[in-house]
Amino acid sequence: MILLWFIIILMAGGIVAWIVEKWNADLSRWISFLALAVNFVIAVMIWSQHDFMLAEPNSIWIADYAVNWIPIFGITFHLAMDGLSLLMLMLTFFLGMLSVLTSWKEIQFKIGFFHFNLLWVLAGITGVFLTMDLFLFYFFWEVMLIPMYFLIGIWGHENRRYAAYKFFIFTQASGLLMLLAILGVYFIHGNVTGTYTFDYFQLLNTPFEPDTARWLMLGFLIAFVVKLPVIPFHTWLPDAHSQAPTAGSLILAGLLLKTGAYGLLRFVIPLFPDAAHDISKWAMLFGVIGILYGALLAFSQTDLKRLIAYTSVSHMGFVMLGVFAFNELAVQGVVMQMITHGISTGALFILAGSVYERIHTRDINQMGGYWSKAPFMGFIAIVFVMASLGLPGLGNFVAEFLILVGTWNSSHLLTILATTGLVGATAYSLRIMQRIFYGTEIKSSHPFVDLSLREKAMMVPLVLVIVWLGLFPQPILNTSKIPMMKVVQTQSKSKQESVALDILNNKEDSKGGDHE
Amino acid sequence: MKELLWLIPTLPFTGALLLILLGRKLPRFAVSLIGAGSVGLAALITILVGIDFNSSSENSFQQIVWTWIDVAGLKPQIAFHLDALSLVFIFVITFVGFLIHVYSTEFMQDDEGYARFFTYLNLFVGSMLILVLADNLVLLYFGWEGVGLCSYLLIGFWYLDEKNGYAARKAFIITRIGDTAMAIGLFMLFKAFGTLHIQDILTQAPQTWTVGSEEAVFIAFLLLGGAVGKSAQLPLQTWLPDAMAGPSPVSALIHAATMVTAGVYLISRMHIVFELAPLAQMWVGIIGALTLLLAGFSALTQFDLKRILAYSTISQIGYMFLALGVGAWSAAIFHFMIHAFFKALLFLAAGAIIHLLHHEHDIFKMGGLKNKLPTIYWTFLIGSASLAAIPFITGGFYSKDAILWLSLAGEKGNVGFFLAALIGAFITSVYTFRMVFVTFFGTEKTHVSHSAGSRMTIPLIVLAALSTFAGFIELPHSIAHVELFSNFLHPVLPTITLQEGAESKEWIVQLIAVVVSLGGVYLAYYFYIKKPELPDQLKTSSIAFHNFWFLGWGFDTAYDTLFVKPFVFVATINKQDIIDRLYDELVKLADFLHRVFAWTQSGILRWYMVGIVVGAILIVTLSLLVGS
Repeated sequence: MILLWFIIILMAGGIVAWIVEKWNADLSRWISFLALAVNFVIAVMIWSQHDFMLAEPNSIWIADYAVNWIPIFGITFHLAMDGLSLLMLMLTFFLGMLSVLTSWKEIQFKIGFFHFNLLWVLAGITGVFLTMDLFLFYFFWEVMLIPMYFLIGIWGHENRRYAAYKFFIFTQASGLLMLLAILGVYFIHGNVTGTYTFDYFQLLNTPFEPDTARWLMLGFLIAFVVKLPVIPFHTWLPDAHSQAPTAGSLILAGLLLKTGAYGLLRFVIPLFPDAAHDISKWAMLFGVIGILYGALLAFSQTDLKRLIAYTSVSHMGFVMLGVFAFNELAVQGVVMQMITHGISTGALFILAGSVYERIHTRDINQMGGYWSKAPFMGFIAIVFVMASLGLPGLGNFVAEFLILVGTWNSSHLLTILATTGLVGATAYSLRIMQRIFYGTEIKSSHPFVDLSLREKAMMVPLVLVIVWLGLFPQPILNTSKIPMMKVVQTQSKSKQESVALDILNNKEDSKGGDHE
Repeated sequence: MKELLWLIPTLPFTGALLLILLGRKLPRFAVSLIGAGSVGLAALITILVGIDFNSSSENSFQQIVWTWIDVAGLKPQIAFHLDALSLVFIFVITFVGFLIHVYSTEFMQDDEGYARFFTYLNLFVGSMLILVLADNLVLLYFGWEGVGLCSYLLIGFWYLDEKNGYAARKAFIITRIGDTAMAIGLFMLFKAFGTLHIQDILTQAPQTWTVGSEEAVFIAFLLLGGAVGKSAQLPLQTWLPDAMAGPSPVSALIHAATMVTAGVYLISRMHIVFELAPLAQMWVGIIGALTLLLAGFSALTQFDLKRILAYSTISQIGYMFLALGVGAWSAAIFHFMIHAFFKALLFLAAGAIIHLLHHEHDIFKMGGLKNKLPTIYWTFLIGSASLAAIPFITGGFYSKDAILWLSLAGEKGNVGFFLAALIGAFITSVYTFRMVFVTFFGTEKTHVSHSAGSRMTIPLIVLAALSTFAGFIELPHSIAHVELFSNFLHPVLPTITLQEGAESKEWIVQLIAVVVSLGGVYLAYYFYIKKPELPDQLKTSSIAFHNFWFLGWGFDTAYDTLFVKPFVFVATINKQDIIDRLYDELVKLADFLHRVFAWTQSGILRWYMVGIVVGAILIVTLSLLVGS
């Protein structure tokens, strides 16, 4: 039941926030924040109370909720949560709270509608992370798309229309391909077994012809790699990120991209292990190209938000690389990367937003020398710039190191190329620091003041989290350990046709029980 | 007492944390107390731990603080490993570090970034201690990158000047290239041994690999890549001279005494891997030999006091690499220690001079400082004597003499290495005393208004004493049988085996070394005191050579043309992202098709009629053709 509440709280909160705007605009901010805070507290409580290292395969699902929705088509409203989903949810609610805080000053018109959209995007994301029914999954995939379109299109910067369209078309077109693939899986499974269902667990063991499997897999893959994004489908991202309001960039970089990574781990590999393995070398290659190409583009940008957006392209290349390396080290690294990139890039976008609020430009050529005016901000910037270049002691290092150590087993050449991406990361990251905070101060008509209390209240927790993830990543890694081992095992199972693991998966099918 | 080991890196980190949190609100006095005090305490504990360690019979001591990561067999812990090697390093880091902190309290006292400076400095000391105490390579890498960060922050400390920022980024990026190689080395090591725990690797390596095994050679070269970047050796040496943009205490601590010797530490720590990879080890020696010569020649032509010292540092670390290359492990570490003392001394003294001369860096604008600044003069002279390896009375003589001798007589030594070291020694002695004579003798060119205070001079005196007396703990056999240092290191680093029958020739080599070193001093004396017009004539007659050396053998220019400019060029022309342009074309195509089809929908009936008729004819024709 609790899983349903996660979504209901957000959707209801969004509606209420919209309505109360009539009386008091600040109230909609408070309501949104409260809704997210409640969810966050619940998620953290579940996390702190659950033992994730239990050995039995059944315990992988912490909570499960299923009711029939459209039984005639075999559609159920089925939510379930394992360690991976829970981690993603905590990230979602945490960044959600920050996105409300960061909009406090920035958003000054249609405040209620803004928060409605914000909460509905987050509700869609929450749904995506929880759904175990493919039809419902597609539903939530769309739910997060449309409010995001409004967030960019209404509250964005000067070129917002273009960016919003582009974002919508890229995601929608690729989403449709996924819908086709979902229907394909549905009908093939129905034909073979006689039960027509969209249920994830029942579809898991569907036998496909290798050719069919490849096409269906590509349908899913395309939707996820557009979201991730992977070169050459990345071009919506810099426009969307740079034109969106700060909260929008934060959610895009911190969460929406992660739904792509999540989809790869949850659907592409478990549903089509063989087909995924067949393309793994290509997928990894595209990951590496993304790392290097993203770094190159980030280096040349002069629009601060665009620069940060391209660093996301580069960092998400590591995700692609790690997912298709098919081993526990790399896949665990991917989970870390999803979280730490959410935190560090989110923080950089918030910083970019703060800079924009002060000097009303995103052009780094018009910035410089702000250290003396805003040392606190400079310090925060150092932390996240260092996180983005992978400095040990901060979370991103753990992620990238695990991915690279893991990939070494799969491909030496690609690992070496990906590692050189760290040099590129150094170059573009230090450029951020230099252009904004070092050098002689560029005077502008607006006084450059240090972070306000509200901004500190956002940045300090982010710093603490990224340091905590860097020094004590093990609680996170333990949480995702069993789900990720299963992802890796589906792969080895399909290769070895191991009987033992089949039994393990059959148990899964009959599993159930709401733990709450 | 050994149980206090974890406190040694923790104290400077705590200092840094306190300064981050409170720095700007505290008075300078409190900042100095936290900054210097935390390192001082760490130095004290190091001594206690060291005494305890020496009195116990164990050769090493581990301390696990917590498990950092534990995924699929990769289990690096936050854990410290104390043995003779790490003890030497933590002693130098905390002790020299403390002296430099004390010096900085006066040197930086008028700087607006006082608290920031000590924050970075403490952070550096903490990271450096992690580097040398780490019991696994992931933690070592943690420290390794941490010191890189602090080096970046401190080179660019005076951030208002764009040039300093450039130097800082250059240092970070170039060392990161080396780090990348090292990281790949770690991946390979993990694949080979299933662990990154240093001691486990060192025990397993001889069982897994035979001497010269391909994998071992690859890994050793990759680790060498990391070492070369951090220690500013060929071909990644170009960042160090520019790193002099940082305040002088930074140059003394990071870019002379400690961080730049991290490569030496890494190689000696992983010496078993290098012994299994003779090819890589030989290249350590070759790189060392080449670097010490190249940097030495460049030092001859510099006129910026700190740049002379920077090239000298590169060159002296070249000696350490040379020693590592011939397997003279403890000689390398001995030279590291003595070098840390005298080079820190020289940088601090140089910093004091520059400070008192209102930021004058050019030695040719100094002159005659001998009588004005006697304490600085005498300590600088002692440091220079050590650097130039003036025989018998300086520490530098004993440490460098050992390397000279072993580069010839060691099992892996040869005449080439020896000659490089010998020529290097001559050049060292020339440029060192050129610096001394030009700066302190002759006529006064810039006026000195006041002299340095005690917080600056006392560290100089202590370091001068250390760089002289520390040499006596390890004497060559031809003089006396004192081997305190190599005996101490013996449990960690094997003793070098000499070539057969070499022992008896040791005094000849020493004699040559003495002559070379004193000859260098005389040449400098002849050129800069007796015939001061000679150097200028020489310079004008060979201006091309001079400039080539002056600019560090053209490496900067070459890298700029080969790597930096093409990268920036490609990045700049592709700023708009060519892939996005393809999508733009797609949009244009869709737009064009839209227009075409919209145009056909004109609403004119006769056009539709024509369309239907033409269509019908086409269909009929086609079906007839296909039908027949």
